[in-house]
Amino acid sequence: MNAPSATPREMLIAAVADLLTGVRTVAVGSSSPIPAAGAMLLRARNPIRGRERVRIAVLGSREHNFFTNGAFELFDCAAQGRIDAFFLGGGQIDGAADINLVGTGDYPLSAVRWPGCFGSAFLYYVVPRVILFREEHSPRVLVEKVDFISAPGTSAGVVRRGGPHALLTGLALFDFDRERRRFRLRSVHGGASRADVKANTGFDYDAPSFVPATPEPDPETLALLRGRVTEELAETYPRFAATLEAERGK
Amino acid sequence: MEDFVSLEALAAEIRDGVSLAVPRDSSGVAMAATAAIVAAGPKRLRLVCVPVGGIQADLLIGAGLIASIETSAVTLGEAGGAPRFTDAVRAGALELKDATCPALLAGLTAGQKGVPFMPIRGLIGSDLMKVRPDWKVVENPFAADDPIVVVPAIRPDVALFHAPEADRFGNVRIGRQAELAAMAYAAKTTLVTVERIRETSLLADENSAAGVLPALYVTAIAQARNGAWPLGLWGEYRVDDAELARYARMAKSAEGFAAYLQGFLRRREAAA
Repeated sequence: MNAPSATPREMLIAAVADLLTGVRTVAVGSSSPIPAAGAMLLRARNPIRGRERVRIAVLGSREHNFFTNGAFELFDCAAQGRIDAFFLGGGQIDGAADINLVGTGDYPLSAVRWPGCFGSAFLYYVVPRVILFREEHSPRVLVEKVDFISAPGTSAGVVRRGGPHALLTGLALFDFDRERRRFRLRSVHGGASRADVKANTGFDYDAPSFVPATPEPDPETLALLRGRVTEELAETYPRFAATLEAERGK
Repeated sequence: MEDFVSLEALAAEIRDGVSLAVPRDSSGVAMAATAAIVAAGPKRLRLVCVPVGGIQADLLIGAGLIASIETSAVTLGEAGGAPRFTDAVRAGALELKDATCPALLAGLTAGQKGVPFMPIRGLIGSDLMKVRPDWKVVENPFAADDPIVVVPAIRPDVALFHAPEADRFGNVRIGRQAELAAMAYAAKTTLVTVERIRETSLLADENSAAGVLPALYVTAIAQARNGAWPLGLWGEYRVDDAELARYARMAKSAEGFAAYLQGFLRRREAAA
């Protein structure tokens, strides 16, 4: 009998957990079920692997959030250097890892208006390992230059210890080189090719001549994800947890 | 602490042109009071979302009450984007003061401390600095080559939120929602709605006292059972996801929004 294979979303969750390797404290913003699941997976898996204890703070959760100082604490905690990793997305992400959460066209009369910057214009500068996550991998999201810089990928002449570490999409995983201010393609997910990534990415990036496949989660990881992690996730994201379960049935 | 009042009397405190600070969805949003405010119809309000807005901001914008909004985002969360906010932005019908969460919180902190501004890391190189001429870059007076952003103090005319309970003396339980205290400290007037009013003082017990906003900061309190609906209230009830989804669908068009708003106001009248 074959081991069950992971669904595309489970692949992403496992990839998030792998990207968090070595992290001790990770925070997850609102409306971020896949990053939240990845952080929960890391927390569940580390003790089994004899690794460091992980603390997580999932915004919007009562159970999986240790903050007692309201909306202040995430930002103060990050400002003190206590948050090792965080996730940001964007309606647009460009090749220099600048992100746009505001809208397209000429501000303030945006042609398409998104919710707004949230904490990005601060957290991107102070959290050492920021993972950019956006499920949609298309030229309209991954653009050459963002229309509005909510937060720049890199900065010169200012105090900054934080910034982009990697970009994970539904199609591929990129590393970010802060010195060169460029992404480098690390792997492609299940069945996609180097050419698929090229065709769906609006910015220029580096790529090795052979691009490996993003690793599938091992059976132990998959079992944790389908058990404890899905259960923990359902408290904050009941609809998403139900979707995960439904996708497994197919 | 001045008074225990009706929702209508509470809403009447919000006069034309005032700046109104409201909390994020998870902290206790005074939705019943919002219906009363829409019914009263004050004009040209300047909304300050602490630090992000949701259905409350979208409703107030759709009802035409808001002249300007200072916020880090407006979103309906899992139900999607905020349709009336988005439409108003595209139509140029709102003065926008886009922000980032900790900058708004820093502004409130300056307000609570009575100082004119507060420094904050990050932001330099963000286009927010171009669209927020009131945010400045200064040199750190204590170190060389360290430019840093300063944001002005925020002193809202009115802060408004919903909480589980107040006591007869006007003290309000706010639990872990520290930004509610910051809003009240910084604001000139604080209006609170609560699920319940209890007879014994919240300050009499060490276990509850730490999470209490003292009556000193509270101007008026109105009782409103289920007062955060369709949003949830911490420790009390969950958000009504189906209702939020229904709002998100209907508010896509101006006509759909008008129909939703009518139903929302009628439901509140029936509850009163």
